[in-house]
Amino acid sequence: METLRTLPGDDVRQIMWRFADRFDLQMLVQSTRAVARSVAARLVADGQRTTHEWTAEKASLLTAMDGAGVTSMFLEPKYGGYIEGPKNLAMSLTAFELAWVDGGAATCALASDLALAPINEKGTEEQKDFVFPNICPPQPGEDREIWRGAFALTEPLPYVGVDTGVLVGKVRVAEWEEGKEPMLQVDKRGRFITNMEFANFVTAAVASDDPRIKSSCIILLLKDDEGSWDPGAPTKKLVHQLSATNDPVLNVKVPASRIIGGYTVKDGVIVPNVSHSDAIASVFTRTRIPVGVMTSAKLLSAVEPVIRYQRQRFRGGEAAQPGSPRYELGLQMNEDPCHRLVDVWATGEAGASLGFETSRICDRFDALEKGKEALLHSQGISGVRAEAKALKAVQDKALAYLAEVGKPDGDAAIIADAEADVLVQFLVHHAMTGVLIPSCKLWNTGFGATMMREAVSLMGGYGITEDCPGFLGMKWMDAQLEATYEGPESVQRRQLTTTIDQPVFLALCRNWTAELKAIAADRPATGAGALAASMDLWMWALDYLTKSKDPQGKPLFHAKRQGVSFAMADAVAWLMAARCQLLDVLELEAKGPENPVVADGLEGTVQFFMDLFTVHAARTAGEVGRIVAELVLGYLQPEGDAASLPEWETYCNLRCAVEARLAGCRLAKDRAAHAVTQVMIPEALDYPQ
Amino acid sequence: MSQPYHIVVCGSIVPDPLQTLEPALGPAGWGLKNELQLPAVLDPWVAHALFEAANLAKQVPGSKVTLVSLGPKAKLQQVMMQVAQKAPFELVVRDGPAGGFVDAAEVAAVLAEAVNSIPGLDKSRLLLFGGWQSASRGAGATLQILGELLGITEQFQGVDLCQVQGDSLLIKERIEGGSYLVSELANPPAVLGWATGSLPEPPNNPQVGMQNMRLVMPALQKAQPAKVGAEGVTYAAVELPRQRRETRVVKDVPVDDIAREIADWIRS
Ligand SMILES: Cc1cc2nc3c(=O)[nH]c(=O)nc-3n(C[C@H](O)[C@H](O)[C@H](O)COP(=O)(O)OP(=O)(O)OC[C@H]3O[C@@H](n4cnc5c(N)ncnc54)[C@H](O)[C@@H]3O)c2cc1C
Repeated sequence: METLRTLPGDDVRQIMWRFADRFDLQMLVQSTRAVARSVAARLVADGQRTTHEWTAEKASLLTAMDGAGVTSMFLEPKYGGYIEGPKNLAMSLTAFELAWVDGGAATCALASDLALAPINEKGTEEQKDFVFPNICPPQPGEDREIWRGAFALTEPLPYVGVDTGVLVGKVRVAEWEEGKEPMLQVDKRGRFITNMEFANFVTAAVASDDPRIKSSCIILLLKDDEGSWDPGAPTKKLVHQLSATNDPVLNVKVPASRIIGGYTVKDGVIVPNVSHSDAIASVFTRTRIPVGVMTSAKLLSAVEPVIRYQRQRFRGGEAAQPGSPRYELGLQMNEDPCHRLVDVWATGEAGASLGFETSRICDRFDALEKGKEALLHSQGISGVRAEAKALKAVQDKALAYLAEVGKPDGDAAIIADAEADVLVQFLVHHAMTGVLIPSCKLWNTGFGATMMREAVSLMGGYGITEDCPGFLGMKWMDAQLEATYEGPESVQRRQLTTTIDQPVFLALCRNWTAELKAIAADRPATGAGALAASMDLWMWALDYLTKSKDPQGKPLFHAKRQGVSFAMADAVAWLMAARCQLLDVLELEAKGPENPVVADGLEGTVQFFMDLFTVHAARTAGEVGRIVAELVLGYLQPEGDAASLPEWETYCNLRCAVEARLAGCRLAKDRAAHAVTQVMIPEALDYPQ
Repeated sequence: MSQPYHIVVCGSIVPDPLQTLEPALGPAGWGLKNELQLPAVLDPWVAHALFEAANLAKQVPGSKVTLVSLGPKAKLQQVMMQVAQKAPFELVVRDGPAGGFVDAAEVAAVLAEAVNSIPGLDKSRLLLFGGWQSASRGAGATLQILGELLGITEQFQGVDLCQVQGDSLLIKERIEGGSYLVSELANPPAVLGWATGSLPEPPNNPQVGMQNMRLVMPALQKAQPAKVGAEGVTYAAVELPRQRRETRVVKDVPVDDIAREIADWIRS
């Protein structure tokens, strides 16, 4: 039987992750990869991770990224960039390539995008013109210092961390002469601020400490501003040593025009146009996805070193003569190491698929968000409440549209009309991103970190040495930081709690389930059926938990009841990842034949990826089933009879439907494990160890 | 100052040398196992030639560089995502096989036709660059045959340096024993088969890449198929070179020790 012949190359990935027609992105991938596998890898191999100080050697990474276009990737061409339009997919691909070698290097690149994001998303045109041209590395003949940024939200203990609502960083009016621009005094202490060591500008979150300034804002601070600028001591972190992290103490005087998004003066009070929470919500919307992608890159990067280790384990020993299974297959003679590697690989695939799909949706969402803002503005609608009301008014249209989309012969006129309606499309995409982004950040990093441990274990004792090829041990610990910064798992679960029960998302879920059932009907041997049945089970459970109470009469699904809501959030993240994984395999199957390179051996490649999906879908079904079972049954009185559950029969049917569709999933795993023993790998890892 | 040159660099792709390269007999004849699926790179010898060409073009204003490539165009396109970032050039493509088992004369014939098809090519200013060997087949014949077909009799092989000297060019060719043959070329046209040259690989520059792609993509799209192979040739035996790469990873070893070890190995 045809099986995977070589490790998937760029041609395959470009199709699966849908950038086969984006040459700008393909070039970005190549140039970022070159930085990752040379400069970054060299730094790790040379032991630069053993110090938390920011050394001259580490700083060479910045120069390399400047030269390779990583630094200017975030900019529009008019500011010196080379990628036009939204940059979510671009950021994710950059993060993927860098994290393939080192998560800290990836963070080093992303942190500057994070610093720029508030300006990009909410800044005025003047602010963009002021900052962006300085980000671009100097061109030949130019003599200027490149601007490097840090984003300062998190504050020292016991203040801003997970709960970003309460800020201690303060802004006051320093001087305000009649008819002139007010000067503001900003006092901000940060904790764990990436890039701070060398940043010459900071976008800082601060709250008003002055009756003449309203609420809070993000404000731009420059190193040359009057006052004190102390980057602070390096954080003694155990991870991501190729990025610089410090606890800065900043106290500077800046003009009010530095308030990101500008301000208006109302009755003698400076009113920032954008509050700090609005700005960070919109920033994190974009920057959390690449973090999720980073952990998935680590898992996928582990495949090649693990296979090489397994196959070569007994070579050189007397019992392993060339040609013997012991020599050729090494540890792969055993079933378990192959099965476990398949699990690692499947997790990496699912996470990457989820991350890239979410990035692509965000690229579309960027335009829709701007379209929505322009439209509402033209209708004279402004303010959070007025906007929410206007959007609520189109929710029914969005639901009607999704209902038609979900039918095999949906009304074409209704669909076309809604597809041309910016507000409807905004709502639909908003519902998707509201679930997909936190799912990606939560699941990719959280479960990814767990599976990274598995990858390390496959290397035996070698895995936790500095010599481990692919730096797997370091990647394992790094994954934990990825699960933490930009909002740890609890923040993602909290966000999911508010988005997973929204009607538009549930309508989407119903359509996706129907789609999966159609796919399963065509391909009964895949995990599509189990996934569809798990979605059914999850949706039923959400409905049941929402309307049910515990023996004390307290509601079960409730934001405050994290024991229920967080678990349901975890379950949805599993489902989203598996669905995206399947869609990517189907894309490869559909588009592969058009590319002669991919067409060669396509059957085996698709079969292998489908098997990985099936393995993962089975695991997903197990997780969702476990979570739902605990939640639905776990709040019954222990002395009661489970069968007294009001919807016992429905529950049993739904669970049985899932289990029935697990048929064949271990056969898929066996096939994938066999492929792992057959696939050709390069002679040597293409970066130093 | 010298008149502008038109530097035509001939070269194609080879499988990434880090990959496992295993000869295999397929339905279309000999090739490498899974050759199409292996990641490819620009033939390293050609890469040297291209970087040298770009450098020369920069020094003589008005000069331009054209890369002429015979290779499977889908793979070539992939490699261009990297190569196009390195230096500005135009691309001419012929779509066909580019492995170690195609006949040098057939390849040269296709390349000659492709070079002749370059619009507005002034042969009197032509510098034909390429690798003196190829990483897929070290016959060292293709470029020489190509030169003959194009009627270019000034040929230099194993070139490590090509330096502008007023109107002429100073060229250093490798000869035995680590010595160089130094020549002065008064006028083009000439063929230069490059050894490693002396320039480092230029850094990636996606901006240059984006500019190049505006010409590279259409060139790939209109690439004409070329029939090359080794018809009539039978291979009595095909095997990997016996020399094995023995990579050893060492840390913290002083340079002197490494040098001593290499010297000992050569002596033995
Ligand atoms: C290397 C590194 C780089 C960083 N870079 C930056 C940067 O550039 N800019 C920046 O602003 N920040 C940065 N951070 C800070 C990072 O974002 C925070 O560490 C992170 O958001 C968690 O905050 P905390 O550490 O204060 O945890 P805490 O807020 O103390 O939370 C600890 C844990 O308590 C639990 N918890 C807390 N609140 C809740 C709740 N409401 N519900 C449920 N559970 C809860 C969760 O388990 C949580 O993980 C960085 C951190 C590190 C380590």
